[in-house]
Amino acid sequence: MSSQIDLALLAEVQQFLYMEARLQDSNLYSEWEALWTDDAIYWVPANGADIDPEEQMSIIYDNRSRIGLRIKQFYTGKRHTQAPASSLGRVVSNIEILDVNGDEVKVASNAMIFECNLRADTVWATRNEFLLRRTEEGFRMARKKVVLVNNEKPLYTLSFLV
Amino acid sequence: MESQSSTPNIADLIQSDRVHGSVYTDEAIFQLELEKIWYKTWVYVGHASEVPNANDFVSKSIGPQPLIMTRGRDGVIRLLLNRCPHRANQVCLQAKGNRGSFTCPYHGWTFSNSGELRGFPFPDGYDTADRSELGLGQVNRVAEYKGFVFGSFADEGPSLEEHLGAGGRDAIDRLVQTSPEGEVEITAGFLQHRAKANWKFIVENETDGYHPQFVHASIFSIAKSGIGDLYSSDSTAVARDLGDGHTENDLRPEFRRIDKPMNWFGTNEARLPDYVEKMKAAYGEEKAREIMIDGTPHVMIFPNLFIAEIQIFVIQPLAVDESIQHVTALQFKGAPDLNRRLRQQTMGSVGPAGFLLADDSEMYERTQRGVKSKMPEWNYLGRGKHRERRDEEGFMVGDATDEVTSRGIWRHYRELMEAE
Repeated sequence: MSSQIDLALLAEVQQFLYMEARLQDSNLYSEWEALWTDDAIYWVPANGADIDPEEQMSIIYDNRSRIGLRIKQFYTGKRHTQAPASSLGRVVSNIEILDVNGDEVKVASNAMIFECNLRADTVWATRNEFLLRRTEEGFRMARKKVVLVNNEKPLYTLSFLV
Repeated sequence: MESQSSTPNIADLIQSDRVHGSVYTDEAIFQLELEKIWYKTWVYVGHASEVPNANDFVSKSIGPQPLIMTRGRDGVIRLLLNRCPHRANQVCLQAKGNRGSFTCPYHGWTFSNSGELRGFPFPDGYDTADRSELGLGQVNRVAEYKGFVFGSFADEGPSLEEHLGAGGRDAIDRLVQTSPEGEVEITAGFLQHRAKANWKFIVENETDGYHPQFVHASIFSIAKSGIGDLYSSDSTAVARDLGDGHTENDLRPEFRRIDKPMNWFGTNEARLPDYVEKMKAAYGEEKAREIMIDGTPHVMIFPNLFIAEIQIFVIQPLAVDESIQHVTALQFKGAPDLNRRLRQQTMGSVGPAGFLLADDSEMYERTQRGVKSKMPEWNYLGRGKHRERRDEEGFMVGDATDEVTSRGIWRHYRELMEAE
């Protein structure tokens, strides 16, 4: 990567992350699911940012088929913890392009998420890392890692799309 | 927090087939529970495999109290209270590690991992202080059953084996033999799932065979899981009151009827060839087949250890309306191929985002809010009362969806709360 900032790429990445956030905040489940590649990994670690998800428990560690199951569960109408669905508003910022490698762009960002559900209002803060892959339809997510800053502590149910 | 009465009369609140809603909301009752249950009876704390080496330690708890579970140089497991005897500062802030001593950051007092005071800075400032009186507090009794470590704050009382009873011990015996080496290991790290609910809603739900078809309808319908059928009105599985507050959903009758090894885990022998071979070598063809058909238990060891086939939950009350479920995948020594699947399946099922537990926890929180409504005051737990019966071992059993388990929990709870 050159030291020059590629503003066009940054704008493109930014638009993609904002769109992803909008789909999540709007609980547009299948539209969000369509953003993933076939070899996708969706990872929300517990107990730190750098555990080995193959050996240690994570909050979410989904391959593509399990992402599909997660989405299908919402559409049954009996995913009780999301019926009614959480009301969500999130702010995405600190977007930084970490690496460009052929079709793939590695991106870091932060998010602050305000969730309102039957229990209470809850604020979640995350440090995210994406591996975006360029396809004919635009960027797709090959990997998304969501590090909840309080993931070493007991957490209330987190059943919306984070 | 709310307080409905200062002197609750437990006998009035717990009857044979109903309990009063205030047992879930009354702050005075919660304080009494800490005294009569959590800081008196045997409570599950951790597993020996979490501190395998000398000087290992891990942060644990009994009720709202944090503890340090240590393994001393002498190999002995101890439960230390995390409170400096000087000015009560917490001496250990790490989740786990390996160290022979703990130094309080406040004034530098140092304690061995067996609790004794090793020394304090500037000792000439103390004239008559007796060091042997100034060690870390320790849970009065610590005992282990097949690696499961329990603590009791009472100097005297039933032994751990007596507390577990024949039913509790048998469940753990059945569990460990799922390993070709006869040992469980707790090594995959815990998820900590918080719920705005009283701990007893969680305990009762663990062996409530009535709810899965409804609470978990979403995942059962799309994951082609056979679990729902185990808890139908046609199921031959039984709900069992093991006494002393311990309860189980015994699914073996269904698994034996289906008669396919590893069906309990939703798989088959062909998918786990290494495991199956090791099991046969360890137990012999016939016994191995029996173990692989029966599967692991679904048992709630009162008040806080839920062995749920493929994972364990440790239930921790923080306040009358706030609880934590600590959950991790069971790992069986000598079974790496099985263990990998256990971790994957557990991660999908439990914790804050789990396909199953996020919905259970939703129910815990809704019932906590619901029970604050004044009428009809009571929760009705009479399901299957007309058909409960004694099994061959003398335990009370009911059909798969019956509330014989809840009634057993409450009977024991009432005894504990009424005891002097």
